Amino acid sequence: MNGRRYWRSLGQRQDSPEFRQWLEREFPQLASEWTGSRRTLLRLMAASFGLAGLTACRRPAERILPAGRGIEGYVPGRPLYYATIMTLSGLATGLLVETHEGRPTKIEGNPEHPSSRGAATAFAQAAILGLYDPDRSRSVLRQGRRSSWEELAGFLPSHFRAAGRGEGLWVVSSAIGSPTLARLKALLLEKYPRARWIEYEPLGREQEWEGSRLAFGRALQPQLRLDQAEVILSLDADFLGLDCLAPAWIQDFARRRRISSPGGGMNRLYVVETAYSLTGAMADHRRRARPSEIPALAQELARALGLAGELPVLQPGPPRTWAEAVARDLRRHPGRCLVLAGPRQPAAVHALVHWINHALGNVGRTVHYTEPPVQTQAEGLRDLAAEAASGGLRTLVILGGNPVYDAPADLDFSTVMRKAPVSIHLGPEADETAALASWHVPEAHFLESWGDGRALDGTASIQQPLIEPLFGGKTAGELAAWIAGHPRQRAYDLVRDYWTARWPKGDAERLWQRSLHDGVIPETAFPAVRPVLDEPRLRALLAAPLPAGEELEVTFLPSASTYDGRFANNGWLQEAPEPITKLTWDNAALISPATARRLGLEAGDLAALERAGRRIVMPVWIQPGHADGAVSLTLGYGRLRCGRVGRGIGHNAYPLRLGGPSPHPAGLRLSKLGRKYPLAVTQEHHSMEGRPLVREATLDEFRRNPDFTAREGPKVERFSLFREHAYTQGHQWGMAVDLNACIGCNACLLACQAENNIPIVGKEQVRRGREMHWIRLDRYYAGGEDDPQVVWQPVACQQCEMAPCETVCPVAATNHSPEGLNDMTYNRCIGTRYCANNCPYKVRRFNFLDYHKGLEEIHKMAYNPDVTVRMRGVMEKCTYCVQRIEEKRIQAKAEGRRPLRDGEILTACQQTCPAEAIVFGDLNDPESRVSRLKRDPRNYSLLGELNTRPRTSYLAKLRNPNPELEGLESS
Amino acid sequence: MATVFSSPESALVLGRPSLAEVTRTVAGIVERRTPRAWWVAFALTGSLTLVLLAMLGYLVSTGIGVWGNNSPVGWAFDITNFVFWIGIGHAGTLISAILYLFRQRWRTSINRFAEAMTLFAVACAAIFPMFHVGRPWRAYWLFPAPNAWLGLWPNFRSPLIWDVFAVSTYGTVSLLFWYVGLIPDLATLRDRAQSRARQVIYGVLSLGWRGSARHWNHYEMAYLLLAGLSTPLVLSVHSIVSFDFAVSLLPGWHTTIFPPYFVAGAIFSGFAMVVTLMVVARQAFGLQHLVTMKHLENMNKVMLATGLIVGYAYGVEFFIAWYSGNPYERFAFVNRALGPYGWAYWIMVAANVLAPQCFWFRRVRTSLPAMFLISILVNLGMWFERFVIIVSSLHRDFLPSAWGMFRPTWVDLLTLAGSFGLFLTLFLLFVRFLPLISMSEVKGMMAAREGV
Repeated sequence: MNGRRYWRSLGQRQDSPEFRQWLEREFPQLASEWTGSRRTLLRLMAASFGLAGLTACRRPAERILPAGRGIEGYVPGRPLYYATIMTLSGLATGLLVETHEGRPTKIEGNPEHPSSRGAATAFAQAAILGLYDPDRSRSVLRQGRRSSWEELAGFLPSHFRAAGRGEGLWVVSSAIGSPTLARLKALLLEKYPRARWIEYEPLGREQEWEGSRLAFGRALQPQLRLDQAEVILSLDADFLGLDCLAPAWIQDFARRRRISSPGGGMNRLYVVETAYSLTGAMADHRRRARPSEIPALAQELARALGLAGELPVLQPGPPRTWAEAVARDLRRHPGRCLVLAGPRQPAAVHALVHWINHALGNVGRTVHYTEPPVQTQAEGLRDLAAEAASGGLRTLVILGGNPVYDAPADLDFSTVMRKAPVSIHLGPEADETAALASWHVPEAHFLESWGDGRALDGTASIQQPLIEPLFGGKTAGELAAWIAGHPRQRAYDLVRDYWTARWPKGDAERLWQRSLHDGVIPETAFPAVRPVLDEPRLRALLAAPLPAGEELEVTFLPSASTYDGRFANNGWLQEAPEPITKLTWDNAALISPATARRLGLEAGDLAALERAGRRIVMPVWIQPGHADGAVSLTLGYGRLRCGRVGRGIGHNAYPLRLGGPSPHPAGLRLSKLGRKYPLAVTQEHHSMEGRPLVREATLDEFRRNPDFTAREGPKVERFSLFREHAYTQGHQWGMAVDLNACIGCNACLLACQAENNIPIVGKEQVRRGREMHWIRLDRYYAGGEDDPQVVWQPVACQQCEMAPCETVCPVAATNHSPEGLNDMTYNRCIGTRYCANNCPYKVRRFNFLDYHKGLEEIHKMAYNPDVTVRMRGVMEKCTYCVQRIEEKRIQAKAEGRRPLRDGEILTACQQTCPAEAIVFGDLNDPESRVSRLKRDPRNYSLLGELNTRPRTSYLAKLRNPNPELEGLESS
Repeated sequence: MATVFSSPESALVLGRPSLAEVTRTVAGIVERRTPRAWWVAFALTGSLTLVLLAMLGYLVSTGIGVWGNNSPVGWAFDITNFVFWIGIGHAGTLISAILYLFRQRWRTSINRFAEAMTLFAVACAAIFPMFHVGRPWRAYWLFPAPNAWLGLWPNFRSPLIWDVFAVSTYGTVSLLFWYVGLIPDLATLRDRAQSRARQVIYGVLSLGWRGSARHWNHYEMAYLLLAGLSTPLVLSVHSIVSFDFAVSLLPGWHTTIFPPYFVAGAIFSGFAMVVTLMVVARQAFGLQHLVTMKHLENMNKVMLATGLIVGYAYGVEFFIAWYSGNPYERFAFVNRALGPYGWAYWIMVAANVLAPQCFWFRRVRTSLPAMFLISILVNLGMWFERFVIIVSSLHRDFLPSAWGMFRPTWVDLLTLAGSFGLFLTLFLLFVRFLPLISMSEVKGMMAAREGV
């Protein structure tokens, strides 16, 4: 193209930034191809038009193997399932991903994987939306300006050729669980021996490893066997919530909560914590304590267990009485109990806990130890900061993570970035760190790239991509290989080489295929080690005085929506109500009602929080059951460089979070600003008003009075004006929800959202009460506001046999199916909302506006093609996943008209529930699991006295309190 | 029975006007040049009507979300306005049909006016069920038009379908009744018409009425039959509207007292609206001798009586809620009076129960400012009654987790204001182009009394 150059505008002629920006908006894929020629552009467009049919199938070039069905041949319209993993803070959980025509649409847990055992967390469920996030980084950036892969390829080798032995080269990566990446790290450090590589996670568990170093002299990972424990004491460990390292923990715990007959037993859970957590909500005894009081309580417990020897006991008082009662209970269950400490607790508490478990004979029974699958070194960042300050930092490589946003505030990581002559940031979005980096490299999503990882117990898995990188990203492994000058640079080769080198030659192909198919690599779990306790050191720890508490202490919590901030641009997670507060689209400073009264604060008041010379502003939320004299700040909000969803949502608490060898809660000042901040909560009323909604008893009461739900609930009389339908033919679908197992974790809510194409509505609409979730987790408080108990109740459409919604619909848009489903005919619905008004459960959701309007095309790839996307003006609600029922029915028919098996059809909420609290099935089959649960004496219908005859019923909640502690809770 | 011409306070026609004077007075309003005040009023109400159209356009193009409705409050201003306007419409039929059958002759001066008000109120009311649906372009599915492809019919078990029948029947019969009553007067206007256009228009509308004995004979019979036909409708329409609530299972709605309570409330509000408008109209058009204090006083008495019924209903609701022992029912009523919408409840009680008690005093009953004020209060109170029933019951029902609050948006408020604009615009057109008092009936009454 050497002819005359024609131009259309001055902007084009000058190739101005505005013009390039316009070009990017108009043709994002072609922008990098722009060379100024109209004809080239047209040629490329013609070519892409011709290839459009091919590019629709974005499958990875390498061979990937589907798990389960459909290996024989791919049938268009039928989904395929592939095993892969998702890694969070370095730990992998196994997933099974559903793909339709080559695009992933739904994530389930991999039943073969030891960490997930078929369950997927809320974060995993929402990863589908993250994959199709249009705000993900799409191109290499140099000094914040658009660059290209070619330019990067030109820069990297020449830069690192001059790196010598790695003087001044620092690598900061996320926690490395991946064996391949660990190998690459070793190779890189071999090549650049003077370089340093720090693994950093804002929610790292440094204190845990330090604790095991104190106790055993080496870092070890406790592996829990919660199904073996009859008495569990958690010291600030939210092991069912955000401190849960494997969904299998929840499953194990819930199995010991499930009780099928009055003769059965269940575990007992004690929790000591500051803020209300999911674990605290499940507790039989919950003791709220300021952060500084928890180590004291741990010491008290150790003394009460007689570990202190001749050391004097501390002051008598309620904490001691409590600790002694718990100690007696633990001692009654040697080898069948478990004590846990959470990541916010200092190393000394962890060490004491190891000692206590050892003394109670739990090691080898309810807990054993292995090598840690990941280790992070947050304190390494301090060395990095020192090096930067001394001017020795030459190249900074950040392989994932966002340290400018989340590094300890006292390190001032943005200055570190500015001091680095060259900084290369790999990340999924152009975040706060990317903004300060000289190079930003887009990171591929885990659903579109090869990799591997280890579960908590060490089991390794291959991370299989489901789709070609949508925006052409690289993995941390690929970039590390590039920097290390490794001959193989494709992630697939790196992973495959790593593993096949470890397998016998002839067997490698078979093992590779099997690992891909199953989602786990056989025999990779870490063996148990038998560590030796360093008792003298522990005794010294026990004698060590503890720092005194302060009037107002602070603790930092992960967010149930954004985790550490990384999921801030995920609308599903942002709109998922925080389980306890029910806040959406925001975080808040949590304080107890008494502290609020003392400080003259109300919910929604803005407050200034100051610590170590830094000041943030945050709204206050009054949290019943929170410890007095303490403030809990949720991390992960207030992102300023983020996609359109998460930008500026909430308030950033990281500026108050300091580094240091041990977490310390001191030095916070809080002052009221006298302004209000609007918060969007999905549940504004928290008391059951004395209504028999969640029915609850203690284990003893249940044993004495097994049918307490029926006896204490209102009388249910069956009466109908209409001729009743018998519902005796064919399948009759029903559901039972065990309130004793449900932990309120939101996984079902997000699974439902992903499965049923449920839109998000945004903060303003949530404030108006228009959230669309088909299943909600009702959370009620019982008892006084200072120290209440929490109960959960997941409520979706109850599929009433005598459905009040059906009779009032003027156009017959909601009707009963012969199988007992309350069906919604969207294209018949005109939207009178009468059905929702008449629904006593208020589970119907109305499309007040067009909530799918303005979505980018790529977002639509996340839709489940089996479920209609509803337009504005129509009503929608839970369908018992009717599309899944039909899918299995068709499958059974195709397989020779065989009958459907019990458990073959799983609703989305049921499939992902880590507590296995939801059971769906055929009520006409007396042997189905759901039928058996409905015969349980604890079974009851919510608002059954209205004679709606719901198909969903609940199994009453039980608690297993320690009689010795009666009357002590209120203190 | 009150005398026609006796004392000034109780007379139905004052000043012994001749029959021709009655015609001149009433027909003159239509025939005179349009007064400037009318234009001013029309400009105001017309603008409000345009606001209504704009709001409905915005609603249809954007979605129900422009209102404040939410989950759990699926209905709010929309159905409140609907029931309010339907209620207003009740006075017309009551005056024209039931009082006719009971030979209450004081109705003659006000029945035309009240019937017109009924029609316009029904027109305003009909807007809301049509536009409150999520997909108004499919609202015709509410009518029993069998779907050509699927043979789908509406769900005849739904009270909303009963509403469609009740309101459309009511609208149709009211229109017929009003029109039949207009025929002799239209013929009078035709006969007096000066311009060709008026002659043709009134001529066509008067259907060839010549006033022969045969005509009068048939006319009286038809009018009587229509009165008989309308009478059950007075009771049925609002009974059926109340079924929207009574048939549901929501605490605060699920109440057997609703049909009589709603009918009484509707008559109450309808009379209040007639008084409000009449006090202004008789002053504006100089009709004090045809619409006398006697008429107004009688209407105030009806308001007093129906206000007492309504007040009794409020009390009984509370008693039954307590007596039933149903915790949800009890809560709903305690929440109604003391919950977050308690202020609306107490506005309702003050305006509907306390304010009309002043009508026990003859001085209040016959004072124009007092009755004007009280009738406005009753209108306000009756709007709040529907708001309280709908919103306070919906916002806190069975599961406390699903409780919520309703806050109206500016679109809600402007739509309500716009519906008043439409109502008043139609009214202004009515007083401009049609006789607002039934000349033939007033003359008939005068003639009967004098034995001519």
